[in-house]
Amino acid sequence: MKLNAFAGRNRKEIFRDPLSLLFGFGLPLFLLGLVRVVNSSIPGSGPEIFRIENFAPGVAVFSFAFISLFAGMLIAKDRMSSFLTRLFASPLTPKDYLLGYALPLLPMALLQCAVCFAAAIFMGLQPNINILYATLSLLPAAIFFIAFGLLLGSIFTDKQVGGFFSIFAQLAALGSGMWFDLALVGGTVKAIAYALPFSHAFEAAKAALAGNFFALPAHLAWVVAYALGTGVCAALVFRKKMKQ
Amino acid sequence: MNALEIRGLTKQYKNRMAVDALDLSIKQGELIALLGQNGAGKTTTIKMLSCLLTPTSGDALMLGYSIKTDATKIKPQINVSPQETAVAPTLSVRENLELIARIYGSAKEAAKEKAQASMEVFGLTEHAKDRAKALSGGMQRRLSIAMALISEPKILFLDEPTLGLDVRARRELWKKIGELKGKITIILTTHYMEEAEALSDCIAILHEGRLKALGSAEELKQQTRTGSFEDAFLTLTGADI
Ligand SMILES: Nc1ncnc2c1ncn2[C@@H]1O[C@H](COP(=O)(O)OP(=O)(O)OP(=O)(O)O)[C@@H](O)[C@H]1O
Ligand SMILES: [Mg+2]
Repeated sequence: MKLNAFAGRNRKEIFRDPLSLLFGFGLPLFLLGLVRVVNSSIPGSGPEIFRIENFAPGVAVFSFAFISLFAGMLIAKDRMSSFLTRLFASPLTPKDYLLGYALPLLPMALLQCAVCFAAAIFMGLQPNINILYATLSLLPAAIFFIAFGLLLGSIFTDKQVGGFFSIFAQLAALGSGMWFDLALVGGTVKAIAYALPFSHAFEAAKAALAGNFFALPAHLAWVVAYALGTGVCAALVFRKKMKQ
Repeated sequence: MNALEIRGLTKQYKNRMAVDALDLSIKQGELIALLGQNGAGKTTTIKMLSCLLTPTSGDALMLGYSIKTDATKIKPQINVSPQETAVAPTLSVRENLELIARIYGSAKEAAKEKAQASMEVFGLTEHAKDRAKALSGGMQRRLSIAMALISEPKILFLDEPTLGLDVRARRELWKKIGELKGKITIILTTHYMEEAEALSDCIAILHEGRLKALGSAEELKQQTRTGSFEDAFLTLTGADI
């Protein structure tokens, strides 16, 4: 009941911000379009990684980074305002806050997947049931990105969140392996990329899309571990900040 | 029964005593004004009482519950209008009110009705659909106070409620507070002496975190042998006292 009310408020805050819609949906579509243009200007079939069934899952993962930004900004702004003081004095519990911030972002993530894959179909992706599985395989990643946003917003001010996000988005883009084949780079870069969750989220979605389900568990385990770890950290930090 | 029983309540920030061993009892239905110059510890006291800030030492019983151990029992029964206007900027006036009503347990329909009634009382009906951030400062202030009242709290904290209100809105808020007197317990802070005089049953004067004086405006005037309450206040908070 009270959780619903609070989650509803957060949904409105996010969906009423035109910038979040522009970046959350506009930028991924722009990237898909860009790669299509690049591909068509390269003679032959173009690089492997830029084929739509390989690139689209990467765009989906990358678009989730914006969810971290929205969550982080919303919480950081709330923390700076006395509106949160008012809520802290209300019967809402720490669980209500965390779920109230997180829940409205999950449908947002699903919507981003839907928009991304719909656009990909438009650009030649084979429409089949695997798209649904790929979307499902991205759920743990969505939860990780949401949790990371909660953590950012609980620690930093809204300006700091913005700055930190630009680094984080780079990391998500480059570390996922959507722009270059990590196996070809090798060495430290590869080791770091495989220690972070982005490449595993990307590989899992790519595998699901290709119907290669045996590859899923190993990659998903990484993402789930990151999602859980980050979620617990966010909850602990938020609780601590609540008591100032 | 006393609605509030404050015992040795203390808050220390590093080497500054914001509130120093405060003892105070407030009867149910009473309106008490906390007065004191800037930095006297009024807001800190309200934050501790509304379970936002853990006291360094001491305790307070609100409706019989300890702020240290029973916050979950206290919170549904109190509400706060913070010193700084506290509204959700992107929500409309109506949505802000409904949100608070629902967080305090009203069902959707009931919350709608309460919001409607509250907007009428506070002259916000015309602005029902306006986003809070588009309202003037005084209108935001009214909304912030309306949000504190919509949950029908048993204990209400108003931290400088009339700051930024125009003359008419201030008079109307006074009237509204007057109607609540006797029904709910109100703790109010203000820098307007005439407001404290007009509204309160009892005035507590804080100075550097300590309770300096307690009594009705009349009693405090007699105690200091001053002609006006403002003079009494200045005497009580003067450095030479
Ligand atoms: N978070 C904090 N950290 C350190 N000191 C603080 C903090 N909050 C308040 N103080 C100090 O505690 C004292 C009391 O502050 P408080 O806000 O309670 O005063 P006040 O009576 O409400 O003043 P005003 O009339 O200006 O609102 C001040 O000296 C203030 O500087
Ligand atoms: Mg204050």
